[in-house]
Amino acid sequence: MTILLSIIVGLGLFFLVGFAGRTALQAAAPAHHKPMFREMPLTASFGLAVILFYVAVAILAPAIAPFGEGEVLGAQYLPWAAPHYLGTDKLGRDMLTRLIYGARNTVGIAFATTALAFVVGSVLGIWAALVGGRLDQFLSRFVDALMAIPALIFSLLLLTIFGTSVLTLILVIAAVDATRVYRLARSVAQGIVVMDYIEAARLRGEGIWRLIRREILPNAMAPLVAEFGLRFCFVFLSISALSFLGLGIKPPTADWGSMVRENATLITFGDITPLLPAGAIALLTVAVNFVVDWQLHRASGLKE
Amino acid sequence: MNEIWLMIGQRLLLGLLTLFIISVVIFGATELLPGDLARELLGQSATEETLAALREQLGLNDPAPLRYWNWLTGVLQGDFGVSMATKKPISELVGARLGNTLFLALYAAALSVPLSLLLGVLAALWRNSIFDRASNALALTAISFPEFFVAYILVLWLAQTGLFPSMVRITSATTTGDLLYSAFLPALTLTLVVTAHMMRMTRAAIINLLASPYIEMARLKGLSPMRVVLRHAVPNALAPIINVVALNLAYLITGVVVVEVVFVYPGLGQLMIDAVTNRDIAVVQAIALIFASAYVLLNLIADVLSTITNPRLMHRK
Repeated sequence: MTILLSIIVGLGLFFLVGFAGRTALQAAAPAHHKPMFREMPLTASFGLAVILFYVAVAILAPAIAPFGEGEVLGAQYLPWAAPHYLGTDKLGRDMLTRLIYGARNTVGIAFATTALAFVVGSVLGIWAALVGGRLDQFLSRFVDALMAIPALIFSLLLLTIFGTSVLTLILVIAAVDATRVYRLARSVAQGIVVMDYIEAARLRGEGIWRLIRREILPNAMAPLVAEFGLRFCFVFLSISALSFLGLGIKPPTADWGSMVRENATLITFGDITPLLPAGAIALLTVAVNFVVDWQLHRASGLKE
Repeated sequence: MNEIWLMIGQRLLLGLLTLFIISVVIFGATELLPGDLARELLGQSATEETLAALREQLGLNDPAPLRYWNWLTGVLQGDFGVSMATKKPISELVGARLGNTLFLALYAAALSVPLSLLLGVLAALWRNSIFDRASNALALTAISFPEFFVAYILVLWLAQTGLFPSMVRITSATTTGDLLYSAFLPALTLTLVVTAHMMRMTRAAIINLLASPYIEMARLKGLSPMRVVLRHAVPNALAPIINVVALNLAYLITGVVVVEVVFVYPGLGQLMIDAVTNRDIAVVQAIALIFASAYVLLNLIADVLSTITNPRLMHRK
């Protein structure tokens, strides 16, 4: 019975957020973007609204959180009641506060990692496609060798060697993911480097860096942006998984993955509090996937 | 028939080459460290004597290629070295758990492969219906969920009510029936995680084919939609489906890591996480090599199978 009820409430919220998000985006968008938002499917507007909400929470975290991030306030595992609306955790810290700060830490770190992977992967990929020859062969075979090992296993291996801290976590995940970005960027760029305007730019005497930045990158942007969304989901899920395994972001930093791990015992008593951070991870990933789906659909020009 | 064996032989050689490169990467990764592995493992406060002892134990005084050779020949004889944390031979630690992990992965595969193929074919058959839309939305949602979220939801719903145990204990007295029962929740978690992807790809592969002229011909002959899909579309969609299945089975092998931790399942994944936490590099290298080999092997099988299902690839002139 409760399952049915929660499904109905969930669907209701989905439509409400979707419609409200679409209306708000249409009103806020500049005139030449309005048609894009008018034809947006409900899933995409829901996704965009959720993403904007997460970004707002992450930026405003200190202002909206009722308590301090690492503040120990009282007894452990308090039930849901004011002033601790979502109860307290294993050490007596406010759950709601840590959820809010988690938006900043977990999403921020995942975003930084994805961005790093993208800069490294796409620059190297385009460079390899542009220069070709031995450099391309060397880089591509090297990346092939790295990609033959499953991503999670390779990350675990690297974390053993370099130790577990937030910085190594970012670098390791970024390095593993950069190989995937490299593949895509290289194959996209290979289609571009044979164009006449690249030839012209070369003859004008443009350097490699300027060719990458001004000639190739703008034309490779569309597939790379869609890939960014997918990669973000992937990085976000791997970082959460590693934190959950106790190898990622460490306490006292509030992080959704480790929050699930710390409070998991509550689940065996039928308390759903530990599921909230996990749900927060799932909701953001679903939202990003919805938006990427819509963008891919738009880019491919398919009509149902 | 000879062509098949020739092809399998070729793929096997390529697989061996891949494995060799993987072993170099796994072993060579320790060389990336700017300083000394012994100091990195023991911390700044270690004395010179303990450092020297650890270097001696790990064989760090030998040049890297020699160490690699010793390691590789050991591995080929089933000797992975000694765990630093527990001082036990790694083959002993791994041996008992490898079977458990394989059992879990196979269990999940036995549940998920038929289920996702069935759902995929049905979604393709009734495309754009409510069933198709709902299963697509659900699949997209399931792909986005972290494994531990799925796992804990199942614990909340199925273990809370006492239907299934939320922890797995395996002793020598455990029978296969008990094992199937107690490992049901971890297997179901893995199933839910991989089914979505396989189902979506099966549907996509079949729908792609439904636009081809020969399908239209079959429809115009008056065949039932079920027959068109099963007899005419599915055999041609087998190659992409096999590849997706293999990809997901390979994913199962790494996916077990998180699921094993949630359900305290005594498998390789747990062992690996413990080893990473203790920075027991030799154990991590051994398990990474095992997982990577399984990955390569699955891809190899998928490659061979998808070639065999396609007569055009088999009789290439």
